[in-house]
Amino acid sequence: MTAFAPPPTLAGQPRIDATQAAAEATDRPGFRLTVAEPLPLDSGAALSPYAIAYQTYGKLNADRSNAILICHALTGDQYVAEPHPITGKPGWWDILVGPGKVLDTERYFLICANVLGGCMGSSGPSEIDPATGKPWDLTFPVITIADMVRAQKRLVDHLGIEQLFCVIGGSMGGMQVLQWASAYPDRVFAAVPIATAARHSAQNIAFHEVGRQAIMADANWCNGNYIERGVRPARGLAVARMAAHITYLSEPALHRKFGRNLQNRAAISFGFDADFQVENYLRHQGISFVERFDANSYLYITRACDYFDLAAEHGGVLANAFRATKTRFCSISFTSDWLYPTAENRQIVHALNAAAANVSFVEVETDKGHDAFLLDEPEFHATLRGFLAGCAEHRGLSR
Amino acid sequence: MSPDTALLTPRKIALREDLRLVADMIMPGSRVLDLGCGDGELLSFLVHHKDVDGRGMELSQGGVNACVRNGLSVIQGDADNDLRDYPTQAFDYVVLSQTLQATRHPHEVLRHLVRIGRHAIVSFPNFGHWRMRLRLLTEGRMPRTPVLPHHWYDTPNIHLCTILDFVDLCDEEAITVERNVTLDEQGRAYRLDPRGRLANLLAAQGLFMLAGKENSH
Repeated sequence: MTAFAPPPTLAGQPRIDATQAAAEATDRPGFRLTVAEPLPLDSGAALSPYAIAYQTYGKLNADRSNAILICHALTGDQYVAEPHPITGKPGWWDILVGPGKVLDTERYFLICANVLGGCMGSSGPSEIDPATGKPWDLTFPVITIADMVRAQKRLVDHLGIEQLFCVIGGSMGGMQVLQWASAYPDRVFAAVPIATAARHSAQNIAFHEVGRQAIMADANWCNGNYIERGVRPARGLAVARMAAHITYLSEPALHRKFGRNLQNRAAISFGFDADFQVENYLRHQGISFVERFDANSYLYITRACDYFDLAAEHGGVLANAFRATKTRFCSISFTSDWLYPTAENRQIVHALNAAAANVSFVEVETDKGHDAFLLDEPEFHATLRGFLAGCAEHRGLSR
Repeated sequence: MSPDTALLTPRKIALREDLRLVADMIMPGSRVLDLGCGDGELLSFLVHHKDVDGRGMELSQGGVNACVRNGLSVIQGDADNDLRDYPTQAFDYVVLSQTLQATRHPHEVLRHLVRIGRHAIVSFPNFGHWRMRLRLLTEGRMPRTPVLPHHWYDTPNIHLCTILDFVDLCDEEAITVERNVTLDEQGRAYRLDPRGRLANLLAAQGLFMLAGKENSH
């Protein structure tokens, strides 16, 4: 590995040393990197300055070879393995990330950045536009998955990491993994795209559109300018979340958990309260989501997912996105995932095969639907552990 | 052509007998695709003892998961549907052990094997083995032997053939037989001419190394 000199510090910014992290003065855990150098966006616009909020777990080793970048999904954030600063709920991948766990914080240095367009500290529609002193709202440029990854790469450069040991993520996180492997093949030793697709189907786009329309139909959305009016399109965002949440589950699982059971009552009410347990569950999902997520961010991030089409960037042939790659891939899908079904993940595997890439593919039997990648799935975890162990051996990473 | 003694697997390393014969045909440091790799026994051996860049495909999800858990690059798939995605001449060796007779389109599978690999190594049970013929003759029932133990109603083997059948198919498909080994029921190897009646009667299994006519020398 050639020596890699970390980029010089930007004027006025303290260099954030990953081994002795110093949090910028914010009211939330983690770090925030502000970059003055313009970030070119696919739309043709450029962002300058921009901020990337991120969190890390574990320690970067001496030769900076043990870094794993975790890419969060649509409504995730950088709080992978600690209580969420707003809701207090356990980190979204707490089950996988920690001492001795599959993504072992005693062995690896884990990084997770809030995506561009997000609402947990990275530049996005709810942040202040430095040019105007007011929130961006819908003047924030429309961003893509490639833009998110471009910003993450800037962070990885800043941390002085020449090659990430692994880039891993599920759902929209998986799209970022594919984009990383395609755009920066030499920077990625192993890539694990989980329960994802190389592009959204018409059905995927349709569901996202329903969510966006729900938000925009809320009277409190105010054409995106709700922050200044001191209101929030909470009802619309909650409905968007309810619809999306159904797509993350499977019919058998919903039936198993709720069936037609009534919530705290013996008979139907002949009204429009939440009679059924499943209604209560969804309403609760919606309400708790609104506490921590910004409506405009939801518009931008779902848009980025809908626009993602890796094959289209490469003459319509997905294999071209991975030509001559030396990255080791492990694709994982779940049997009951009907949002990003196995067939979509197989397409990725076929393309990787056609590019003669080193790829493993595992379909995990489960009835937990798309959400399975977040839940306790022993076969999924064992596969991941084995794959990473094999890669670590190939890379010469010490135990 | 006799096997290069430098390739032979030391006896002390445990490996199933028929897999040992396959491993002996493979040069160290080569790129190998093992189709129907099961739990990865052959691949694991090749990767750890012959410095092979090994990949696998396996139909059973349990097999795939076991392989990936052990750090092997294996995808879930089957030889009938998923071979067309592999680029031409991407591997030095493509291995298909004891699986050809379970494929829906064995002739297409064979074509893909010699397209994808410079050499294809194929093994299969010989339906022309004397014990099969005797059983059918004397018992009047579909023979069940140690090599072919399934009942007729739940066997995965839908395209059984004899050694001679296989050699004829290779001729039709312009595939060169580069090396062949005939094995008895105990897995002992015999060097018999595969085009001869003796091989067809005595071999419980056939093991062939093939190449497309353009690739063979």
